[in-house]
Amino acid sequence: MKDTARAHIMIASVCFILGMLLVAQFRSVQISGGAATALQRAQELSSQLKTVTDERDVYKKELLELRNRINEYENSASKISGITDAMKKELEKVRMSAGLMAGTGQGLIITLDDSNLPRQPGEDPNLFLIHDEDLLKVINELFAAGAEAVSVNGQRIITNSEIRCVGPTIIINSVKLAPPFIIHAVGDPDTLETSLKMRGGVIESLQVFGIQVGIKKQDKIEMPAYAGPIQFNFLKPVKAGDS
Amino acid sequence: MLYSLIGLILGLFVGFYSPITVPVIYAPYVSISILAALDSVFGGIRALEEDSFNTNIFITGFFSNALMAGFLAYFGDRLGIQLYLAAIFAFGVRIFQNLAIIRRSIVDKLFLKNDEK
Repeated sequence: MKDTARAHIMIASVCFILGMLLVAQFRSVQISGGAATALQRAQELSSQLKTVTDERDVYKKELLELRNRINEYENSASKISGITDAMKKELEKVRMSAGLMAGTGQGLIITLDDSNLPRQPGEDPNLFLIHDEDLLKVINELFAAGAEAVSVNGQRIITNSEIRCVGPTIIINSVKLAPPFIIHAVGDPDTLETSLKMRGGVIESLQVFGIQVGIKKQDKIEMPAYAGPIQFNFLKPVKAGDS
Repeated sequence: MLYSLIGLILGLFVGFYSPITVPVIYAPYVSISILAALDSVFGGIRALEEDSFNTNIFITGFFSNALMAGFLAYFGDRLGIQLYLAAIFAFGVRIFQNLAIIRRSIVDKLFLKNDEK
């Protein structure tokens, strides 16, 4: 009888340890969360994203309005005297080179779209898509051929525009773009076209993979202005004679 | 049976009121260990019913099973083999076997009592 009592106590103590383990495990599972909490988190994040993008759109509108107002002030100021008028002209020139002013001019419209070649099994599908590098090459070639302004799907390329792969899309000026990419370039249409169509040039290398390229000359191209924010947090101008 | 239930409830209470937690990374291994412990408890109760209970075997079995099961799961993860399935299978089958034996002996006892009346 003594033996069975001891056995009962042993089993009870093992059950005691088992109970503690169970609670600890239950707690850690609760912390890590099941699939339900992950779903909840995703919903929360997506709703947050939506409010933030809405906010961004509102600010974008506000920015455009403020820029228009600045223009009005400049116009009224230029009427006052000859010096302000000259200053305004200078300002316009600087704005043009910075890409902050919309404009028109003759140039090229280049359309790039993903390949529609039938794909062989085993081939890398990445080769048949347009990548950030392809866009960069085309834009680089355009600037090298003397393009004065370039925009991609309505995004003006300025000095600190980024062209970067983000998943299946390409991001330019913090805006996600998807193919087809329509590149507008203002400049001498003939020079631009020949530079792109050079033997062994950009277009030829793209067409190897069946990427669809369309080039069209046009007398009047609408070039949009850069609509994003411009901030200099770290760059400080150096005054002449300082260095 | 009653003792084991009391022990289990006591353990749950103590665990509930003391701040022990398992790090999230080790949670899958601990769950295998819990299965092993459960198997040991059922094995112990079965041995009691069969009057073949040995304290030393019970205690060493409990600890070696729990530790080995946790280690096997961990090792399998490192190797990319789902070794914990072996533990789940072995313990799962044994738990149900033991459960059946315990149930049979309890039912037998109950009917014996009834017959005596």
